[in-house]
Amino acid sequence: MSNLDNLYREVIMEHYKNPRNKGLLDDSKYKSIRIKNPSCGDDITMQTLVCDGVIKDCRQVASGCSISVASASVLSEIMIGKTIKEAIELANNFLNMVSNKEYNQALDLEEAEVFNGVKQFPARIKCASIAWVAFKDTLSKE
Amino acid sequence: MNDKIREDFPQIKPGYIYFDTAATSLKPNSVIEAVNMYNRDLSANINRGMYYQSVETTNLYEQSREKVAKFINAKTEEIVFTRGTTSGLNLVASSYGLKYLNQDSEIIISEQEHHSSFLPWQNVAKKTGAKLRFIELDQHGKITIEAFKRVLNDKTKVVVINYISNVLGYINPIKEIVNLAHEFKAIVVVDGAQAIQHIKVDVVDLNIDFFAFSGHKMLGPTGVGILYGKSSYLELLEPIEFGGDMNEDVEKTNSTWKKYPTKFEAGTMPIAGVIGLSKAIEYLENIGFERIEEQTKLLYRYLISELLKIEGIKIYNLYSDTGIVTFNLVNVPSHDAISYYAEKNIALRSGQHCAKLIHDFLEINSSLRATVYFYNSIEEVKTFIDVTKEAVKYFKKIGF
Repeated sequence: MSNLDNLYREVIMEHYKNPRNKGLLDDSKYKSIRIKNPSCGDDITMQTLVCDGVIKDCRQVASGCSISVASASVLSEIMIGKTIKEAIELANNFLNMVSNKEYNQALDLEEAEVFNGVKQFPARIKCASIAWVAFKDTLSKE
Repeated sequence: MNDKIREDFPQIKPGYIYFDTAATSLKPNSVIEAVNMYNRDLSANINRGMYYQSVETTNLYEQSREKVAKFINAKTEEIVFTRGTTSGLNLVASSYGLKYLNQDSEIIISEQEHHSSFLPWQNVAKKTGAKLRFIELDQHGKITIEAFKRVLNDKTKVVVINYISNVLGYINPIKEIVNLAHEFKAIVVVDGAQAIQHIKVDVVDLNIDFFAFSGHKMLGPTGVGILYGKSSYLELLEPIEFGGDMNEDVEKTNSTWKKYPTKFEAGTMPIAGVIGLSKAIEYLENIGFERIEEQTKLLYRYLISELLKIEGIKIYNLYSDTGIVTFNLVNVPSHDAISYYAEKNIALRSGQHCAKLIHDFLEINSSLRATVYFYNSIEEVKTFIDVTKEAVKYFKKIGF
């Protein structure tokens, strides 16, 4: 058993190989944010459609390491149907969890919980976080 | 001989393998002690005090300049201390490039360049309207004289080129490039960051116009670099930083500068770094470049021959001239692979190594880079190979 098994959980690998909600829509009602991490080659774009304060759709395109790609995919699945307030709370909680800060363990992170192991790998925090930071930025464009 | 050398580097410890020398080299005890000595015993500024500590600090600082000059066969006054290769290359681009280039000028550059060599000149091109001309690389990513000749012409004003690529490890034919460039009256700016620790550099023999390098890649401290410039060009160039010590006469409306190199050394310089650098040069000279090359090549050849036996590895520079091997685990993003090595306390670099254009050329997103240097050992290479085999198996098993 390698320590890395805490990082490369099955769910993560599954999302990496079959990313959900992949592909961007050319629709001005969607807000998009692209973040690149030039030091490692990650390139992630998150796209959201918000109606009446509720996230109706979330799309993503991600290339880079498995953690960053899977993170974008998991995020896109759990955010659809959430209100902006719920989504931001979840995103902040996730970002705190992966960066080993205090976070609300009672708040259900759903499938994103599998990124819990990232905190043991400080060099990978950024990989897990990029999609969530981009996602939050799309909401602030509202 | 290697065990004795390894004792000089306190960073080398059992269970930790440092294969990231292309990012920064390890530092020997003599360098650490020189830096500590300055901070502990002197801690004075240069050129400013009449007291013993200040005079002694100034002496050591200037002796280091002499040492650097001899090391690359330059005149003492042609050695400008900087913050590192990046600031040296930026000084030339900002001071020479912005002033002397225009929309009729061409700058020859290559996709091999580190961002610190490429971006300052991309900026010059944008601001002056000068055109960037890229030397077409051959199939291995090498620069050939034939390809260089194809972009060289009467409009060429500056040739910007690395001596050794920080990703591919190739030694570029600098001397021939300089000769050809000078026929067209173009100046040649060489990024020596990866060369200075590997080969004997003679700026007179090479006839280079500007040559920049960093202390921390040649066993010296971080924060100090060197810009060599031919006297005639250093005379011509305006400083880009203004402040203490570089001025001669200061008036309300106009001021004058000291002679080079001092006019380029505004403010308090990284004094401890400069003093430490002198010891790094002594260390390199004591070992000698022949032995450095011999040991580095020995390790590199063993490393590459063993890597080639592993299925599931893609190597991008089979014919590196130095200790740099750039590779990927097939189907595994470099950032995932590097975590495996990190868990085993092996220091490598992953990503684009501040050289995106060469990754575009190789049609990859990122890569792993291992660098071996004279202070590494065959045993370390063996462990690295074992870990690489395990890593290939591990990533395959979990589904990559």
